[in-house]
Amino acid sequence: MDLDERKKLKQNKKKKRLIFRISILLVLVLAVVFVLVSNSKKDNDTYAEGDEAPNFKLEQINKSVDQKELELKDLKGKGVMVNFWATYCKPCEKEMPYMQGLYEKYKDKGIEIVAVNLDGNELVTNRFIDKYDLTFPVAWDKNKQVREIYNIRPIPSSVFIDKNGKITKRIEGQLTLDQLEDILKSIQP
Amino acid sequence: MNKIKCECGHVNPEGTVLCEACGKPIEGNQHITGNHKKKLLDMRYDGSARRSQTYNRSMIDKIWSFFSSVKVGIWLIVITLVASSIGTIFPQEEYIPEDAPFRDPSIFYEDRYGIFGKIYYQLGFHHLYSSWWYILLIALIGISLVICSLDRVIPLYKALKKQSPKRHKTFVERQRLFSETDHVTEQDKETLVKHLKQQRYKISEKDGHILAEKGRFSRWGPYVNHIGLIIILLAAILRFTPFMYSDASVSIREGETVSIPSTDGQYYIKNKKFTLEEYDEEDERFKASIEKSGNVAKNFQTDVIVYKAKGEAVPGSDPELEKYKEDKIQMNNPLKFDGITLYQRFYDLDEFKDMSFKLYEKDDKDQEAIGTFKVNLEDPKFEYSLPDGYKVKIDDYYPDYYFDEDDQTPQPRSDSTYPKNPAFIFKVYAPGEKEPEVSFAGIGKNIAASKDNQYKLGIVDFSTRDISTLTVRRDYTLPYFIIGAAIFMIGVIQGMYWYHRRVWIHPTEDGLLIAGHTNKNWHGLERDIEKAITDTSINMVEDQQEQE
Amino acid sequence: MGTAQLASLSGTMLFIAFLFYLVAVFFFGATIRDKHTTSDEKREKPGIAGNIGIVLTILGFLSQVTYFVTRWMASGHAPISNMFEYSTFFSMTITLGFIIIYLIYKTPVLGVFALPITIIIIGYASMFPSEISPITASLQSYWLPIHVSTVSLGQGLLSISFIAGLIYLVRQINQSVRNKKTTSLEIILFVIMIFLGFSVISLIFKSVGYEATFQHIQDEKQMETTYYMPAIAGPYEGELLSENAMEPWFDIPSWMHGKDAGRKFNTIIWSTLTGAVLYGVIRLFTRKRLGAFLQPFMQKVKPELLDEISYRSIAIGFPVFTLGGLIFASIWAQIAWDRFWGWDPKEVWALITWFFYAAFLHLRLSRGWHGEKSAWLAVVGFAIIMFNLIAVNLLLAGLHSYAS
Repeated sequence: MDLDERKKLKQNKKKKRLIFRISILLVLVLAVVFVLVSNSKKDNDTYAEGDEAPNFKLEQINKSVDQKELELKDLKGKGVMVNFWATYCKPCEKEMPYMQGLYEKYKDKGIEIVAVNLDGNELVTNRFIDKYDLTFPVAWDKNKQVREIYNIRPIPSSVFIDKNGKITKRIEGQLTLDQLEDILKSIQP
Repeated sequence: MNKIKCECGHVNPEGTVLCEACGKPIEGNQHITGNHKKKLLDMRYDGSARRSQTYNRSMIDKIWSFFSSVKVGIWLIVITLVASSIGTIFPQEEYIPEDAPFRDPSIFYEDRYGIFGKIYYQLGFHHLYSSWWYILLIALIGISLVICSLDRVIPLYKALKKQSPKRHKTFVERQRLFSETDHVTEQDKETLVKHLKQQRYKISEKDGHILAEKGRFSRWGPYVNHIGLIIILLAAILRFTPFMYSDASVSIREGETVSIPSTDGQYYIKNKKFTLEEYDEEDERFKASIEKSGNVAKNFQTDVIVYKAKGEAVPGSDPELEKYKEDKIQMNNPLKFDGITLYQRFYDLDEFKDMSFKLYEKDDKDQEAIGTFKVNLEDPKFEYSLPDGYKVKIDDYYPDYYFDEDDQTPQPRSDSTYPKNPAFIFKVYAPGEKEPEVSFAGIGKNIAASKDNQYKLGIVDFSTRDISTLTVRRDYTLPYFIIGAAIFMIGVIQGMYWYHRRVWIHPTEDGLLIAGHTNKNWHGLERDIEKAITDTSINMVEDQQEQE
Repeated sequence: MGTAQLASLSGTMLFIAFLFYLVAVFFFGATIRDKHTTSDEKREKPGIAGNIGIVLTILGFLSQVTYFVTRWMASGHAPISNMFEYSTFFSMTITLGFIIIYLIYKTPVLGVFALPITIIIIGYASMFPSEISPITASLQSYWLPIHVSTVSLGQGLLSISFIAGLIYLVRQINQSVRNKKTTSLEIILFVIMIFLGFSVISLIFKSVGYEATFQHIQDEKQMETTYYMPAIAGPYEGELLSENAMEPWFDIPSWMHGKDAGRKFNTIIWSTLTGAVLYGVIRLFTRKRLGAFLQPFMQKVKPELLDEISYRSIAIGFPVFTLGGLIFASIWAQIAWDRFWGWDPKEVWALITWFFYAAFLHLRLSRGWHGEKSAWLAVVGFAIIMFNLIAVNLLLAGLHSYAS
């Protein structure tokens, strides 16, 4: 073996070692990044902004709305606000008059509001609807399945869906009148 | 790369401490193991060159050699150890006691532990084990595990495979166990080898030099257990994928049927009955203890029926159900089906289920009932008809009643949707009357809206039911954890309960040198050699470390 | 035999075991001076006193096993479900660990330290209610005996490593000058004296039958706490209910929370005082540091042997501890609590113990920490185990705190 050959061999070996080390380190770093990213995402939404809103079908219990059942996919083409609420929740109650007021204003402009009720019983909800003269559909999530699918934690929470059925915004907590109006305008078809 | 040629003719790679072939210490390389001033040889990794310690040229090489260092590994372990202990100073978020007055972490820590609690919370120590930096620490340990093992196992394997029975004299002399015998007969030498063979040593020979070796496989123990640990860490990574792992919990009232969360509405479950048993206070065995420290639960279980939904249902709508399984779930005895496991978690006893009221005239001393009606607290009717044309309407219902004084207009409210403290506003319609009488009734409350009320409503009966909370778990990662743990245990036992023992027999002019080396249990090796030299004139080995 | 007789037999057997251990200590102690226990060139021979010592220890161990079995029969569940039972069991596994190591290495001097520690732990156990108690639903599993006995055996073996390490330090540290090392060793010995003080003082007050009940408010609830030692530190704003009991000298500060914080703190004060008195008497009497006083008695055993015993106990104990404290624990937790790992304080401390011994093994095998360094580490390891046994159960809340 002459010197050149030896040098070549040595360089080859070195190159191989470098590739080996880079690939091992790369795999390890990727694994770590994956774990850290998943960990920070763990508490976040299953359906995030930009995702297609999952369909659901619930009993409609507002007597002033002439409809027994409500399915989300029937509302395609409209901007939809899905509001999760319950009668015992004070901030939900505060939000209701805003929603009612804006519903009247935007109903004919292609906006629909679906108030998904999370109460256990119909009577309480009905009394509440009467109290505030709500005219938008109220869907009763008896099994809390829709809440689970949308991964709703605090109430009130609202999900805004555009005419294409895409989630454009998720809001946790109570909205002010102005905020709500701005968002509704943004999903208006 | 400078190869080092030993006087025996073998060419060693750079960084070698002891010649791979004859074991002669390489001059000028003893500092690598910090052993240049000692008499005894440093036998770690059999003196082979560890890759990482030799080339430090590119960035990659530097990172590599950083993680390859056991010192770094130990530091990572120690830092993780200290970090872990910090997390136990105050309870973690999920262990905030159920009965704490403030369960919100932002209040709880300061309220209970004062300024230290506040700092603890602000530093995020209340969820320390899921913090990014703790996970990063564990991940770094993982990286260190992989690189350390890769970096050592290959050279060690080569060194042990290559080792020659013929060693340099200095190598033999500088072993911890060593003896020199000037005159040894061939017969004695044969006896020695025979005895070693009897003790199940493997004998190899070259030019009269003998190597007796036993338990070499224990040297792989550390690498095997590291592989186990790596598998465990990989399994932990798999947990972050929702397909492999999901975790939810569901509360079911007796008699209720609900969909099992995280199954996409595929499965439903009915709570048939919840049972809580305590120990018999008259039990002779436990009487004294129960009197002193109180009774404990002997068993709690939920009898359930699991249903499968027929066909594909749109979430939210009620599908047709098909009975799938009927069983009980107990503590320590979960229910498993189709990769889902249901565990008994908590229970809540005696939530109101229904309540019976009677209507009577206020002035009636006997409180004789005009009529009674039963209200289903989960789904009350709007109106109840009583005999003789009486009617009671529910004007409002507060399942979990409290009087809200903080509001601008103080008013009755409900705190939740669960009938924990039900209260009603009733409208009583007497026959023929158009205007109802309004009254408020709840537990221990019975208020007439006006003094002129002629009728009263009283609770005559109620029934309760228990709530059982189950955990719903789907975990396909468990087998990997089990495999990892098993491999780890095999590796640890292999490395700890067996010992790699080597005895070198080095012939001299008329006699021989014996040297022994082991990675642990020197005592045992000494005994082996003692047994081997019985009935011979060979000198027993001395422990040279004692003489140092 | 009825359960009542079984239960009383069980108690008697524990006491007999206690006596056996006590006597055995003296025989092991005698080997230090015994001329027959010659340290010949090759290896130590335990001699007559050593042989009697180990026989007594084994008899004591068998008595304790009888205690364990009869108590199991009486209660219908493995007697490891509360602090009294667990501590007693732990003392039993330390003894077993000692017997195993003794049979390999035949070193009587280990017994001089191992058995007193066993005795102290039995004393510690007797501070907890010893009535046979019913077992809660969550502990009703065959994994209870499997998990607990393995953890305990692992910890028992690891404790032997501490004992060998301690003897190593007593023997090897240069006592002619006062420095950081002698001071650290003195602190360790002083802490052991506190534990001894704890056993002594609690046995004294227990035999007198001292009781004082206090009424106080904790976590917004009215509570009563009974002290079994005169209250030096009373509960925060507590009111003494018992007659003929000492009024506390001071109340514990309000920030000390937790169940019976006052009583625990008071016990610590008493133990420390008693330990200090014991220590002070020895120093006054010998006019030497305790380490210096003990050193001459340790000369016969070879330091290399102690080092090896210390390491070997960890080599044997570490896998056992891993199996019981992490693997079996996880399996059971998976079955009972639906998750195999939940970062409960006791789990975390098991992990910390494991990390520590893992670091120990790496330092020893890869970095060559032998002899003195290794002995110091063995002492720290035992401190972690004891912290897990005492502090985690008594101070840190969690699923395992069956003391409360």
